[in-house]
Amino acid sequence: MSQAVAHGHDDHSHLPAGWKRWLFTTNHKDIGTLYLSFALIMFFIGGAMAMIIRLELLEPGVQYVDPTFFNSMTTMHALVMIFGVVMPGTVGFANWLIPMMIGSPDMALPRMNNWSFWILPFAFTLLLGSLFLPGGGPAGGWTMYPPLMLQTGFALPFVIFAVHFLGASSIMGSINIIATIFNMRAPGMTFMRLPLFVWTWLITSFLLIATIPVLAGAVTMLLTDKYFGTSFFNAAGGGDPVLFQHVFWFFGHPEVYILILPSFGIVSQILPTFSRKPLFGYESMVYATASIAFLSFFVWAHHMFTVGMPLAGELFFMYATMSIAVPTGVKVFNWVATMWRGSMTFETPMLWAISFVVLFTIGGFSGLMLGITPADFQYHDTYFVVAHFHYVLVTGAVFGMIGGVYYWLPKWTGHMYDETLGKIHFWVSVISVNLLFFPQHFLGLAGMPRRIPDYAVQFTEWNQISSIGGFVFGASQLIFLYLIIRCIRGGAKATDQVWEGAHGLEWTLPSPPPYHSFTTPPQVTDAVAHS
Amino acid sequence: MSAPHGGYYLPDPSHWPILGSIGLFSIFLGSATWLNGASAGGLIIGFGIAVFLFMLFGWFGTVIRESVTGTYNHQVDVSFRWGMFWFIVSEVMFFGGFFGALFYSRILSVQWLGGAGDGFATHQFLWPDFVPDWPMTVMPDPSKWTVYREVIPAIGVPLLNTIILVSSSFTVTFGHWALKKGNRRAQSWWLFVTLALGFTFVGIQATEYVHAYHELGLTLHSGIYGTTFFMLTGFHGLHVTIGATMLTVIWLRSLSGHFTPENHFGFEAVAWYWHFVDVVWLFLFTFVYWL
Amino acid sequence: MLLTRIMKRVLAGAALSLFMGETRADYALNMPRGVTPLSQDIYDLHMLIFWICCVIGVIVFGAMFWSILQHRKSTGAVAAKFHHSTKAEIVWTIIPVLILVAMAVPATRTLVRIEQAGDADITIKVTGNQWKWRYDYVNPGFGLDGGFGFFSVLKDDSNQARQVRSGIDPRTVEHYLLDVDKPLVVPVNTKIRFLTTASDVVHAWWVPALGWKRDSIPGYINESWAIIQEPGTYRGQCAELCGKDHAYMPIVVKAVTQDEYFDFIGEQMVAAASESAGADREWNKDELMEKGGQVYNTFCVACHQANGQGLPPAFPPLAGGAISTGPVDGHIERVMNGKAGTTMAAFGPQLGDVDLAAVITYERNSFGNSTGDIVQPAAIRAVRK
Ligand code: HEA
Ligand code: HEA
Ligand code: HEC
Ligand code: CUA
Ligand SMILES: [Cu+2]
Repeated sequence: MSQAVAHGHDDHSHLPAGWKRWLFTTNHKDIGTLYLSFALIMFFIGGAMAMIIRLELLEPGVQYVDPTFFNSMTTMHALVMIFGVVMPGTVGFANWLIPMMIGSPDMALPRMNNWSFWILPFAFTLLLGSLFLPGGGPAGGWTMYPPLMLQTGFALPFVIFAVHFLGASSIMGSINIIATIFNMRAPGMTFMRLPLFVWTWLITSFLLIATIPVLAGAVTMLLTDKYFGTSFFNAAGGGDPVLFQHVFWFFGHPEVYILILPSFGIVSQILPTFSRKPLFGYESMVYATASIAFLSFFVWAHHMFTVGMPLAGELFFMYATMSIAVPTGVKVFNWVATMWRGSMTFETPMLWAISFVVLFTIGGFSGLMLGITPADFQYHDTYFVVAHFHYVLVTGAVFGMIGGVYYWLPKWTGHMYDETLGKIHFWVSVISVNLLFFPQHFLGLAGMPRRIPDYAVQFTEWNQISSIGGFVFGASQLIFLYLIIRCIRGGAKATDQVWEGAHGLEWTLPSPPPYHSFTTPPQVTDAVAHS
Repeated sequence: MSAPHGGYYLPDPSHWPILGSIGLFSIFLGSATWLNGASAGGLIIGFGIAVFLFMLFGWFGTVIRESVTGTYNHQVDVSFRWGMFWFIVSEVMFFGGFFGALFYSRILSVQWLGGAGDGFATHQFLWPDFVPDWPMTVMPDPSKWTVYREVIPAIGVPLLNTIILVSSSFTVTFGHWALKKGNRRAQSWWLFVTLALGFTFVGIQATEYVHAYHELGLTLHSGIYGTTFFMLTGFHGLHVTIGATMLTVIWLRSLSGHFTPENHFGFEAVAWYWHFVDVVWLFLFTFVYWL
Repeated sequence: MLLTRIMKRVLAGAALSLFMGETRADYALNMPRGVTPLSQDIYDLHMLIFWICCVIGVIVFGAMFWSILQHRKSTGAVAAKFHHSTKAEIVWTIIPVLILVAMAVPATRTLVRIEQAGDADITIKVTGNQWKWRYDYVNPGFGLDGGFGFFSVLKDDSNQARQVRSGIDPRTVEHYLLDVDKPLVVPVNTKIRFLTTASDVVHAWWVPALGWKRDSIPGYINESWAIIQEPGTYRGQCAELCGKDHAYMPIVVKAVTQDEYFDFIGEQMVAAASESAGADREWNKDELMEKGGQVYNTFCVACHQANGQGLPPAFPPLAGGAISTGPVDGHIERVMNGKAGTTMAAFGPQLGDVDLAAVITYERNSFGNSTGDIVQPAAIRAVRK
């Protein structure tokens, strides 16, 4: 262990260099970079699986992969995208930004921060490795419903332990974020002055702490049912397969807000900057986010309307689900009102943020339609659902994150990215993503079930359009990758403030910021916080 | 060792986390291999546990060293407190999932199988002979599950265990009071009593399990009653074991004078955990054994 | 290579679709209106919420794009300073609440109606199996009692075309993936109660024209109902992931007039009676082998494959298998009781004595297995007792 050194401001010559720096780091920026890079790599892995899915669905008939492998692609695609891309990606943003935004030098628990990240590569080794076992990877869908999931061969315990492992990472990550926000704020940084991104992550952390352990419980029950003779999900012993669905969705629905809330936060930072106008209705944004999180605990069974719940249950979950549209609407209206009578410019981050507002809302509308129980009796488990959740996940959560990367990349690297390339990336993506997912609404309504490798002939055209949109969307992400690498390597020097309309503590630091963001706490006044 | 940094405390880079990951990874990999029937799994698990324990000693050792040398300021102390608090909340939710499963099967699914409410057709067509009750003495399909003769009555050993665990919550608090008064002898003594009570509890639970398996025929295979019974009490027992082990560590540290009346977060964290384990037991006693 | 292959296929697909317009006549963008009162209620509800969302979308996006056009820096717009308005925020909280209430009212009405499965004229039990449906007419109606039932599996032409790289263009198969060997036959204008359940994993029984889908859950029964108003053939698919062949367990409902339905159940009851008579006699080897081949190709082939080689390691070969060439009793046991924790289902409750005897005989004397054993239906019956 090193000696106690009186650190000079930017003197970290005693820090390990090379790979050791990344392996042992306790620095929030290094860890943030690790999280973001990991998420980017996983995005390409999960995306490659999606490409296999779209390739097989290019045409009716089974041309390229056999049905079991197709199902395991669907399963893994979702697990990778959710647990490997959006969750780590947003934690990466949290790591980079929260200390800078609240005026602290680092996260509250830096060593644990390192551990939260360094679990991920190991957990994904377990998860992805299961694809190479005899009998193949898990193929029961990311929702892992028994009894089907219990028919999984060798892969089952690997998947379950990977979920436990990832859960440990998420719980430690969120504990860290909560402790940081509660305890590391600079003087004067009251709760009602926190940037919205910090708020959304605080609330997301509560959701994680409350739900991830329940998921761990659910998969543990799968494990004991398979290997230790318990009968949680077996009617012959008094259990019920539907019990799993309840426990899973008690986690699963809050989980979707875990995925989206940080992106809400990012968009709430971007829109005011490029509208050159303060965020409209800051307080109601905070309350709306909290209400969404609170309500999310009472809607889980909208994923299981067709399991045959008692009428009272169906009505309760329908009403609760519909009520989430109200706080979400408040957010959407506030975003529009932020732009209203602003002085807008349309740099790449703004383009992503605007498309987020439109496309997320479209996904929200289809969500609302799914929440109407009788209608869901038709929509459920069709491509209409697939369209819904890709609108909220891809054009919602992922678009928010991409916008955030463009927005903060100059701050992180100290270089401006290539604006032309960024705009090309945006336009190709936004057009192709709609080709990819919009037709899936039609497919679902016309009766195409999800999770099938092969379909009736009348679904061919829309599937082909969707597949081609998918290939273009996938390819356009290569532009993104190239742009990021170039920006890290060099480019025009970024100023401290970077964007004319940017406000907040992170923009008062140099670009790139010093190793320990704020070593002496800044004094935060109302003017700094709310300008 | 790490240094305070312009009023903040920032630890140096650390190799403990990555060791922790390697340890856990090996434990998981080994367990998965073992469940799939390969005996090599045991070796991998053993390796993982060794690495993990080494990590625990090293990591906590560093923290303790930093703590006793006064590297931590008040802010770090508060961060640790929030950390422990939210960790316990996550544990509460873990048990919440299993309690949910208990209530669901007891109140809903078993009743449906017996024809109540929406279960009318289920009962009529699939399980016409099934009579719902709780504890469920007859399985819907008795051929597949171990049938048990009796369950463990609440008034008896479980009540005794309740008394033991509740008293241990008091003794740990007496220890805390003694600590705050600077009475190291009383503090160590009360801690010892607490951990002794904790291990006694675990021992009694273990004999109860043996009794249930061998004399009552109540096992994990005994349908949903046996399932929820053993999973809930089992995970609780695991937590008591962990808690009692942590108490042992705290006791040893207390003997070597690590805690001062002002600075003793390690003690408090374990005490919180112990209270949590106690409260979970009260719920278990009420809903698993008694009602 | 791959890319050119894909391009070729897409072009071929596009060209084909121009010429073969007829086979895709039922092509659609929207939810079908269906042929039951419930399906029509649901359709109306769907359209209502759809249009409400459209209107809200037009207003919200309209305001946004107007702002984007008008309030841009390049046109000299100067940012206003306001950052909240309690009045506006109250308005846009209350109005959505009212809209939601307006949606909830018809939704509640429809839902309450859907859940009224009581006093039906006919009761049909629908059981999902990996990967075929079974229909049991537990109460066929018209005062008849004593039910009958049958399995319904993917039709053979689809089944051949759907094999991996089968070389058969699905476009040449009529009703590709949507046709079965034996449809469910029901009368029109009669209240039918459906009891859905499953024998192995969760499936979902879904015919869009009836308006709903219901999960079929092993160990539990769900109830739903329908009154079909027009005679016709209505197609659907399993709608809950149930493993490898989830895409290949279609549903076909043939709604016929009440007279035709009456004839249908008559025939079925006669067939059921002769089937059970068959179980009482001795069968010779050729009969058993022929029958066994049929049974095998309907129930076992999906996993163990036509050549008995299975798809190891998930599905073991029966050719030279330890059980299929071992003692007869072990073989009977495995087929009747299946193996817990694997996809090998217990076929005892699913198949009759003749079918079981035949398929076991077939397996023991095919794929190069030559045990020479003959299993009689009576042997199965003895095990059942
Ligand atoms: C980021 C992730 C995310 C988000 C934010 C949402 C948001 C919502 N989701 Fe979604 N959902 C998923 C991810 C997400 N969902 C996933 C992954 C699945 C599938 C899981 C699986 O099975 O694999 C799913 C499935 C799913 C189902 C189950 C469908 C089925 O399987 O049958 C339902 C049903 O109710 C639903 C509803 C909703 C609702 C009501 C919202 C609401 O939060 C939306 C609220 C937003 C708006 C309504 C738009 C903005 C509001 C206004 C402009 C105000 C005015 C509007 C009105 C008054 C209408 N979702
Ligand atoms: C955050 C979550 C997330 C994200 C980002 C995505 C992204 C995508 N998803 Fe995802 N998807 C889910 C979450 C997500 N999905 C979930 C939860 C399910 C349900 C699973 C289940 O049923 O269990 C699902 C299921 C699902 C299905 C249904 C499968 C089925 O029912 O069988 C389909 C089908 O089209 C699909 C497609 C895509 C595509 C094309 C993308 C694209 O956006 C991906 C784009 C990215 C890339 C393509 C990678 C980048 C580029 C390269 C790798 C370079 C090479 C590529 C080319 C040259 C073309 N997804
Ligand atoms: C859904 C898939 C599936 C179907 C359909 C299926 N089986 Fe099997 N079968 C399996 C699996 C999986 C096993 C391996 C079980 C094990 O692990 O021992 C198996 C094992 C067997 C065995 C024992 C093989 C051996 O030597 O170990 C026999 C005999 C058998 N099946 C017969 C049949 C018959 C007869 C049918 C049809 C009536 C049938 N199976 C249908 C999946 C299936
Ligand atoms: Cu049966 Cu899907
Ligand atoms: Cu949901």
